[in-house]
Amino acid sequence: MTTFPLVLGLDTFGDTTDDAQGRPLSHAQSIRDVVEQGVLADHVGVDHIGIGEHHTPDMPMPAADVVLSAIAARTSRIRLGSAVTVLSSDDPVRVFQRFSTLNAISGGRAEVILGRGSSVDSFPLFGYDLADYEDLFEEKTALFAELLKGGPVTWQGKTRAALYEQDVVPYAENGAFPVWIGVGGSPQSVIRAARHGMSLMLAIIGGDPARFTPFSDLFQKALQRFGRDPLPVGVHAPGHVAATDEQARAEFWPYYLKVLRHYSRIRGFAVPNEASFRREIGPHGALYVGSPETVAQKIAVNMTRLGATRFDLKYGMGGLAHEKLMTSIELYGSQVIPRVRDLMASPEAPEA
Amino acid sequence: MMSIERIAVLGAGHVGPAIARVAIDAGYEVAIAASGDPADIELITGVLVPGATPLWAADAVAGADLVVLAIPLHRFPVFDPALVAGRLVVDVMNHWAPIDGHVAMFEDPAYGSSEIVARRLAGATVVKTLNHLGYHELEDDRRPADAADRRALGVAADDPAAAALVAEVVERIGYDAVRLPSLRAGRLLQPGGPVFGAALERAAFEDAVGVRQAA
Ligand SMILES: NC(=O)c1ccc[n+]([C@@H]2O[C@H](COP(=O)([O-])OP(=O)(O)OC[C@H]3O[C@@H](n4cnc5c(N)ncnc54)[C@H](OP(=O)(O)O)[C@@H]3O)[C@@H](O)[C@H]2O)c1
Repeated sequence: MTTFPLVLGLDTFGDTTDDAQGRPLSHAQSIRDVVEQGVLADHVGVDHIGIGEHHTPDMPMPAADVVLSAIAARTSRIRLGSAVTVLSSDDPVRVFQRFSTLNAISGGRAEVILGRGSSVDSFPLFGYDLADYEDLFEEKTALFAELLKGGPVTWQGKTRAALYEQDVVPYAENGAFPVWIGVGGSPQSVIRAARHGMSLMLAIIGGDPARFTPFSDLFQKALQRFGRDPLPVGVHAPGHVAATDEQARAEFWPYYLKVLRHYSRIRGFAVPNEASFRREIGPHGALYVGSPETVAQKIAVNMTRLGATRFDLKYGMGGLAHEKLMTSIELYGSQVIPRVRDLMASPEAPEA
Repeated sequence: MMSIERIAVLGAGHVGPAIARVAIDAGYEVAIAASGDPADIELITGVLVPGATPLWAADAVAGADLVVLAIPLHRFPVFDPALVAGRLVVDVMNHWAPIDGHVAMFEDPAYGSSEIVARRLAGATVVKTLNHLGYHELEDDRRPADAADRRALGVAADDPAAAALVAEVVERIGYDAVRLPSLRAGRLLQPGGPVFGAALERAAFEDAVGVRQAA
């Protein structure tokens, strides 16, 4: 039934990590570590590495494409993408140029996920108003779709200068790179992805993944409505893999708590407790924290439920040490991915 | 009005369809509207809220006992108050600046967002509830009336009869309703308040907002 190849990837937001003594490493070191993580991911058989755009001291990752280029130069197989690119506060022409350049450097391995992400720091930074988010995203996505067609572009809108018969370089070698739209729960965004012929990436970071099933359905129906062929659906979700369930939980929980405490203070919501954490790492929660077997089972079950053919595990959690992340990546590539492939290939699809 | 039977949900974004779904499950007749032509939300409604009727906002409101306002707060300043004049309105909106940005009309820290909504919708009766739990929790966290782990939701209004009607809806959907004595007290339900994003059962919820009432 699945017409798209299974893609099992990793995402990072480039969180700063702590050293062995629990002291935060410099931004520069954390960025260099992300390059090492990407290279390791390639070596252990991970299909894709995605880097999210963030602009905060705890996630100093404003130029994901630069970091992806460094990974590209040291790898030959892994696909390289954003997770996400905050298109609304960027110039679609520049985003297109940067990722086309990455595509050239990497021999056609670039991808882009357009979206809002869960942090909104780029808005004040670049002088945009969050109230304009929808309008900015709609118009800029439309321009991006135009750019992907290749050839001189003629375009007019409210959010940037008009283009008239404008060449936008570099030209693509083998057609446009794949583009996805990241959706966290807005049905309008699902429809938008279908309208522009972009694939759907479901960001499921809290609650039961099963509640997103209607979104995949809505996406395929909307594609039909717009007369388009089916496109793949992916899932992005946070997690951490270690040798055993206990170890994975013990490693992840303190940092998860710390990060959410920090954001609950800034954003004014209740701090999660152990009970809510247990729920999130359980079968009906959004977190993939555990041994390779636990994580693989959960991925296979939810991909099947959601009709997804791509899964990106967002690894790392503010402070969690580089060495632990390297182990997590190694286990994900060498054990989780082959296990998920087995489970999804077996005639009896895994049951919830 | 004896009880609520027909609900109009204004807003077909993240929150509106989630509320519409649980309302349908609870046996209400539900209409849903966005800012324009119902044809634009027909597909969304059909897939995400089977059983609800997509309508123009004015038509949805005209046939409803209760109107749920689930639109982005930054769109509220251009929302036409005449549309809901004389209606019972549930305000689920938040002024959540770190996530949604600032909205000038709601900047005055002396007033809660629902007080400002009520002042602008002077012809309507405004009740604040359903704003302080994530839309993604709304379906999962429902429990039958006798469940020990039933989550509580605050219901704040100046008009006790309106509060009672809405509390009944909250209970029927699957939550314990904890009444707060005024929209002003409803500030306790806002971002930064003691129950925003917290899953609490009745007793803990009552402690958190400092009210005590017979169940
Ligand atoms: N995030 C949560 O978990 C949560 C929980 C409880 C409450 N809230 C609050 O709920 C509110 C809605 O949030 P949301 O995330 O659902 O927003 P959203 O996804 O941006 O909602 C967009 C929807 O609102 C519609 N809309 C805008 N103006 C309208 C109008 N004048 N009349 C009718 N429909 C209109 C839009 O229609 P068009 O597409 O036609 O413009 C669209 O269907 C916010 O104030 C939020 O703070 C959020």
